[in-house]
Amino acid sequence: MLEIKNLQASVADKQIINNLDLKINPGEVHAIMGPNGAGKSTLSYALTGRDGYEISQGSATLDGEDLLEMEVEERATAGLFLAFQYPVEIPGVSNMEFLKASVDAQRAARSLEKYSSSEFLKVAKAACKQVNLPLSFLKRGVNEGFSGGEKKRNEIMQMILLQPKLAILDESDSGLDIDALKVVADGINSQRDGKRSFLVITHYQRLLDYIKPDFVHVLADGKIVKSGGPELALELEAHGYSWLESYDRNAEDESE
Amino acid sequence: MTEQLDEALAREYEAGFVSDIESRTFEPGLDENIVRRISAMKDEPQWMLDWRLKAFALWKEMPEPDWAHIQYDKMDFQSISYYSAPKSMDERPKSLDEVDPELLRTYEKLGIPLIEQQQLAGIAVDVVFDSVSVVTTFREKLLEQGVIFCPISDAIKEHPELVKKYLGSVVSQKDNFFAALNCAVFTDGSFVYIPKGTRCPMELSTYFRINELNTGQFERTLIIADEGSHVSYLEGCTAPQRDENQLHAAVVELVCLDDAEIKYSTVQNWYPGDENGKGGIYNFVTKRGICHTNAKISWTQVETGSAVTWKYPSCILKGDNSIGEFYSVALTRGAQQADTGTKMIHLGKGTRSTIISKGISAGKSNNTYRGLVHMGKGAKGARNFTQCDSLLIGDQCGAHTFPYVESRNPTAIVEHEATTSKVSDDQMFLCRQRGLDPEKAVSMIVNGFCKEVFKELPMEFAVEAGKLLEISLEGSVG
Ligand SMILES: Nc1ncnc2c1ncn2[C@@H]1O[C@H](COP(=O)(O)OP(=O)(O)OP(=O)(O)O)[C@@H](O)[C@H]1O
Ligand SMILES: [Mg+2]
Repeated sequence: MLEIKNLQASVADKQIINNLDLKINPGEVHAIMGPNGAGKSTLSYALTGRDGYEISQGSATLDGEDLLEMEVEERATAGLFLAFQYPVEIPGVSNMEFLKASVDAQRAARSLEKYSSSEFLKVAKAACKQVNLPLSFLKRGVNEGFSGGEKKRNEIMQMILLQPKLAILDESDSGLDIDALKVVADGINSQRDGKRSFLVITHYQRLLDYIKPDFVHVLADGKIVKSGGPELALELEAHGYSWLESYDRNAEDESE
Repeated sequence: MTEQLDEALAREYEAGFVSDIESRTFEPGLDENIVRRISAMKDEPQWMLDWRLKAFALWKEMPEPDWAHIQYDKMDFQSISYYSAPKSMDERPKSLDEVDPELLRTYEKLGIPLIEQQQLAGIAVDVVFDSVSVVTTFREKLLEQGVIFCPISDAIKEHPELVKKYLGSVVSQKDNFFAALNCAVFTDGSFVYIPKGTRCPMELSTYFRINELNTGQFERTLIIADEGSHVSYLEGCTAPQRDENQLHAAVVELVCLDDAEIKYSTVQNWYPGDENGKGGIYNFVTKRGICHTNAKISWTQVETGSAVTWKYPSCILKGDNSIGEFYSVALTRGAQQADTGTKMIHLGKGTRSTIISKGISAGKSNNTYRGLVHMGKGAKGARNFTQCDSLLIGDQCGAHTFPYVESRNPTAIVEHEATTSKVSDDQMFLCRQRGLDPEKAVSMIVNGFCKEVFKELPMEFAVEAGKLLEISLEGSVG
């Protein structure tokens, strides 16, 4: 599904991602953990093609297609979705209008028939209910005055409607109360169909209790320094990242 | 991002074609004789000619204003023609069958079919081509309810008592340089009278088209809403794409008697000139209404065209408890300049006004809001609320706000809010990440920004205005 090889990315002339490799197969859930400033969000922006994120080396493909050659919206319609760490407001544009335009654009790009207004209203309402937001949120401006947790649930609603191949979820669990965490996790789980893949960026093992990852990676200093199964998240929770550093240092010491 | 946005500004002006129509056009130049000839072409009564001549004498003594935040080469008023009309209009066509088919085609191309059956139900249109009104639809049907909707040149002859009483009563001949010029040389425009207690059964509209090269358009509109009546009036404008600048200097007067209501909406899409500011319409317009007791005037404008716009639709709130509203979207791009806003003159007790202005600037354009809120001595308990929002696209454009407040009554309340924002990279990225192309993204963000104003427009116009913005922004991102 997603294959990243030897990726180097910089922002504002500062190299953030170094020689990063990652392969995600269809249906897999990968979790990325790592200290603040490690480059997790940078990785998601580099993959989705945000302006200002320069790729100096390496490759990234989605189902064999070269992502790095595509425009932002082409990557999106190819099936790459990003749930933002900090969702932005678009005043005056109703959520409904925004969602309809997005879904229309993606269905058109995938040669699917356009939803009629009434059909769309139905699916939009269902998605809204699924993330436990009142239907009035469809009428409100995009993220306008939403609380932190509401914004996160709104992102999940967009994912449900857009049906991506690969969803990158950048800290979709931060700032959520216990119930909302469950709603978000359920929303994500409902989209696991054996084909759709997920890259879940998180700081907390708690989310991974709900969404069982196939792999856990630790990103530090712009590269994946350790990969493992779900148990790795538990170890990190128990010992913190310094445990990893000392682990690395020990390894280096030993090799000397 | 900025580069992409710049590219955006190269867009097609869809109404930019020229119609091949043989016209009778005065030679360029302006003197008393030209004023007499215009009056003679229109077969006007002596009182009208006298009124024009008086205005002309005033205009000659007036200096051209230079206080607005706009720069343009001063016009040479001797180098333009003051009258042009299709030859086929020499004999006024009695029905649509007699109208030159090329004229009909022009309007069809502009999306304004003149055949009554093809029109949107419920909208009557007066179409003004250069200096003459070509046709006014549903005239008889409206008259059944006593509503007069006709070219002002007809009204001068057929309803002299109304015209004499109200023409120049809101905007005096010496109000300003361009208004005085208009009084002397105005050629056509619409006249509306709604009788007491009548709710006009249709939307009324006028569509202005400048076609002839090197000709000024000086239109004059007068709307009178008698006591307790109600009317909604729409106005649209386009012109061919030309390298020369052309002058459009209109005067619109609204008279809103006790308990009456006038809703006046404009979608202005004159040719804006090219990227570098070559060509385009100079739009110098005076629009003002007077509200008597409990009356209400609501101006809504969507301004996307013209090289230079100088326009301040205003309300004189003379009657107690009268209401004035101004909702405006002004979009400038390329090298366009707009200096627009409103004046709310509160004279009566308990008068209220609302001003919502949305300025969008892109390219190297300059967009200025200029507004005056005046609270007179008698404006006890009067209130104004003003909100001016500017949205910048790219980083080479300018947005300016000049709100003036004069208060002579301590009980009057004036509130002002202003914001400036940018179409942010974050917003663009969000939209594109969801699959929208950059043009669609910008137009959606801009439409959202304008929502408060668009919701004031009549339905058909709101859709039109949204589309117009979309077209105007086409190519504004790469
Ligand atoms: N536009 C920028 N200019 C300069 N530095 C930047 C810019 N964007 C990101 N960085 C830096 O890149 C590094 C990685 O940032 P990133 O947001 O990817 O971290 P993160 O792993 O997502 O952290 P967190 O867990 O706090 O979300 C940080 O040191 C950050 O300051
Ligand atoms: Mg981050």
